Amino acid sequence: MINLSPWVIFFASIFTGNILLTYFLGMCSFLSVSRQINTALGLGLAVTFVLTLTAALNHVIYFRLLEPMGLEYLRYIVFIVVIAATVQFIEMVVERYSEALYINLGIFLPLITVNCAILGVSLFMVIRRYTFIQSVFFGAGSGLGWLLAILAMAGIREKLKEERIPSALRGPGIALIITGIMAMAFVGFSGIVQIQ
Amino acid sequence: MTQILITMGVLGGINGLLALLLVIAEKFIANYGSCRITVNGEKIFEIQGGSSLLNSLKTQKIFLPSACGGRGTCAYCKCRVLDNGGTVLPTEAPLLTQDEIKNHVRLACQLKVKKDLAVEIPEELFNIQEFTAVVEKLEDLTSDIKLVRLQLKHPETIQFKPGQYVQLQNNPYEGVKETASRAYSIASPDSDSRVLELIIRLVPEGIVTTWVHQYLKAGDEVRFTGPMGDFALHEGEGEIVMVAGGSGMAPMVSLLNQLEKQKSKRKITYFFGAVKRSELFYEEVMKRFGERLVDFTFVPALSQPDPDDHWSGKTGLITRPLDEYLQTIDTSKVQGYLCGSPGMIRACIGVFSQRGVENDRIYYDPFS
Repeated sequence: MINLSPWVIFFASIFTGNILLTYFLGMCSFLSVSRQINTALGLGLAVTFVLTLTAALNHVIYFRLLEPMGLEYLRYIVFIVVIAATVQFIEMVVERYSEALYINLGIFLPLITVNCAILGVSLFMVIRRYTFIQSVFFGAGSGLGWLLAILAMAGIREKLKEERIPSALRGPGIALIITGIMAMAFVGFSGIVQIQ
Repeated sequence: MTQILITMGVLGGINGLLALLLVIAEKFIANYGSCRITVNGEKIFEIQGGSSLLNSLKTQKIFLPSACGGRGTCAYCKCRVLDNGGTVLPTEAPLLTQDEIKNHVRLACQLKVKKDLAVEIPEELFNIQEFTAVVEKLEDLTSDIKLVRLQLKHPETIQFKPGQYVQLQNNPYEGVKETASRAYSIASPDSDSRVLELIIRLVPEGIVTTWVHQYLKAGDEVRFTGPMGDFALHEGEGEIVMVAGGSGMAPMVSLLNQLEKQKSKRKITYFFGAVKRSELFYEEVMKRFGERLVDFTFVPALSQPDPDDHWSGKTGLITRPLDEYLQTIDTSKVQGYLCGSPGMIRACIGVFSQRGVENDRIYYDPFS
């Protein structure tokens, strides 16, 4: 277990170890839902919320149940099931109690079940042997990092609409190139803190 | 051994617990109690909330058309929700126009019934009924297109306008427990109201078409709802130009039957597209129309004929012979009737408008 302030982990997972731009996790929904700033914001917030919650849940399940019983190899399947169930539950609650939130976040929730950033955070947390508090901050930070990346991307893509792009690169092509450039920019942050 | 048992136990335990929690949550959180739906201000239904408006109305024997089976892509299930509809969902927005949103038009398949609702449904949709029928015969028209002839059982007759479609529902079959409804145009004439003929092409992975092609047998009982759709023959004096591909043959046959019955004197030209010779069908039926109609020409075109086909007719995509033909005639009164894939329809509309057939004289029925 590494002895790091949760806040360091929090900021590090936003900037130096951005889940999307450093590890390239969660690309699918990143590319498909980054056309408009509002929808990107909605999806980003939903991802942040689910990430924080599932990191906490999976931490408890892994370190209190799976590891003591020597069942570490079950973590993939258990994490996925927990994520899916959490998302279902959140969707139900949001749909019932907040129509505004459902319209903004609800339709993204099913997308999140298959967002590999969510599973990635749970697995990293296990590899790096974070404490509970560290995991929650790591989850929240990674979510905000993902939100930051998709917001930046959506902002750029909204501007790109008016630009003249070679037809072969329109759509995912130019989006991937931009992602690469953004990732390079984020490399500048790396090395400031080590969190693994 | 113990390891395996522990693994199974833990995994089963976790999954079971989560499933249980979700079931409990669904019981308490997703329980919207009973809701009242008022239809057109006169009929009032009490239904259990929580499912879509489309399915809720179905339980009350009101069948809104829905070609896509509730996936929110065909936009046929539009209706006005006057009360408590809430905001338009992002899944509906792309399919509604500004005017429709202002008029409280919603997609019934996307709107979940959570409160008492007041909805407005066009009167003619009340004619839509649920039918049971027995498969009288199945016939291979090509390697992937089947003719399905249904003998109606309950109700015993159906009144429809040529060009309309019904929604066939699959029975559960091997590996597929869900039922889905898909729209198929009626190919039989409206003179025999006890029988329906559908032309169904196999769609890879399609739930209903796979069932029809691989599991359905003569004598089986099937269910469908209908009739729906507003694709129909329009009054006019000008020439009728029909364009279809694959199972788009069905509504055209229906229209041709109607023209024959009316003893129409209009000039009719029918372009039918296929890839190779083996995909052409109903050639005798077309020949018969040629004999009975005053001025009917059937123009099949193959996009990639096999060398063995010895094809001497038109070649290329259907837009090519259509374009060539439209250049040779006066198009000021031509009516265009199209049925096929959305891509084909878009391309043909382009050709029609380029040759002076305005959009208000083009009628179409896309596959969805």
